[in-house]
Amino acid sequence: MEVPILKQGKVLIATIQAALSDADLENLRRGLVEQVVKFRSLGVIVDVTSMDVMDSFASRTLREIAHMIRLRGAETVIVGIQPEVALAMVQLGLTLEDVATALDLEEGLAYLNEKFKTTN
Amino acid sequence: MSKRTQVFTQVLYPDFPLLRALFVSDIPYVALEAGPTKCADLAWRELMAKRDTPATNLSGEPQSELLRELVAHLRQNRTQLREEWVQRITETRLLTAMTKEEIFAEATSVYDSYVEALETETFEALQAYARNLSERIIPRGVETHEVVGIVLLLRDVLARSLFAKYQTDFKKLNRILDAYEPAANRIANTVAVGFVQERERVIRQQQEAIRELSTPVLQVRERLLILPIIGVIDPQRARQLTEQLLRGIRTNRAKVVVIDITGVAAMDATVANNLVQTVEASRLLGATVIVTGLSPEIAQTLVTIGVDLGKMNTVGDLQGGIEQAERLVGYKVIPATETR
Repeated sequence: MEVPILKQGKVLIATIQAALSDADLENLRRGLVEQVVKFRSLGVIVDVTSMDVMDSFASRTLREIAHMIRLRGAETVIVGIQPEVALAMVQLGLTLEDVATALDLEEGLAYLNEKFKTTN
Repeated sequence: MSKRTQVFTQVLYPDFPLLRALFVSDIPYVALEAGPTKCADLAWRELMAKRDTPATNLSGEPQSELLRELVAHLRQNRTQLREEWVQRITETRLLTAMTKEEIFAEATSVYDSYVEALETETFEALQAYARNLSERIIPRGVETHEVVGIVLLLRDVLARSLFAKYQTDFKKLNRILDAYEPAANRIANTVAVGFVQERERVIRQQQEAIRELSTPVLQVRERLLILPIIGVIDPQRARQLTEQLLRGIRTNRAKVVVIDITGVAAMDATVANNLVQTVEASRLLGATVIVTGLSPEIAQTLVTIGVDLGKMNTVGDLQGGIEQAERLVGYKVIPATETR
């Protein structure tokens, strides 16, 4: 299932709406990394609210997305991780170190806006 | 003293259950020693008969008949037996938490339920009564040994009265006791189990209550939570704490959480790891965690398990933690004197 990528001002928003296959995740990564430069975006938000399972491949891909986007000159925030998912991830050792996280889309946007203010 | 009289002395000895054991298992041994000539009386013949015939064929009349007779006897002597029982309870200093009148009232009900259980051979009513009784007396501090004690006393009192009644007819006595004892044992069992189950239920309920109370997640400012932890943390409680905190973060949309562990003296490596996991999981939800009030022992444990201190944000005391948290959320506390 394709993940829609929406442009909202200087931010790209990708909302994952269902369980994703590995191929879908790779498509998402390619799409985001391409478009972040194409639209000259400063931030990317990946919303995982509706994911109730996060395996090691998914969390590694999210981390790669964040790192690649930083190399392409923008910031990434992962938002909407469910409490149960967070607990399971931590127990598996998938802690998404050095990736920004936020409670939900609103918080993620607030975080990025704060970030833009300080960099400009 | 001949073996025969010795047997009789034992028979007449008041502690009845013990005596039954002698009867069934020891008599043949005594017989070999004593020889049939010395014991050529009624008792001896009865004993041999008992030994030689299987227990089922022993009773001329069916078991239920015997039980009915037994129940009739217990009904007839209700007042006297009940009083004797209450007196024995008082003598043995059981149920000291209750007044004499209360003991008498309860004894009456127990006696009636007891006889009824014997009569109907159904234990549901007794079970319900035992549960009800336990509910009433457990809060008053009645102990398990007391409840078991009074039921065994009743069993003893009744057995003695049966013995007194049938001592001339040995065969009958044996059959009556064959009918009485399994039922009496079952009754004692039912009451004791009922009591213990009720106690366990109360304990479970209290544990539940303590567990609920022990992990409050409190909001002190908009988007700032504190989680004071007091007492010993076992892995189960640690897990519950984590779940409750994560849920709290979501529902309160918290940005910063202060976990205060001043009230925790020590924790083992498992629980310390759990704490670290809680911090990391909270970060995945977008909240920053500040841990305050680490005791030297806990600091030692955390260093021993090798915590990445970059992930753990710690402040000495709760006040400092709240101050830092307020800064993170964007509050600034100004003394009232300065605003004027």
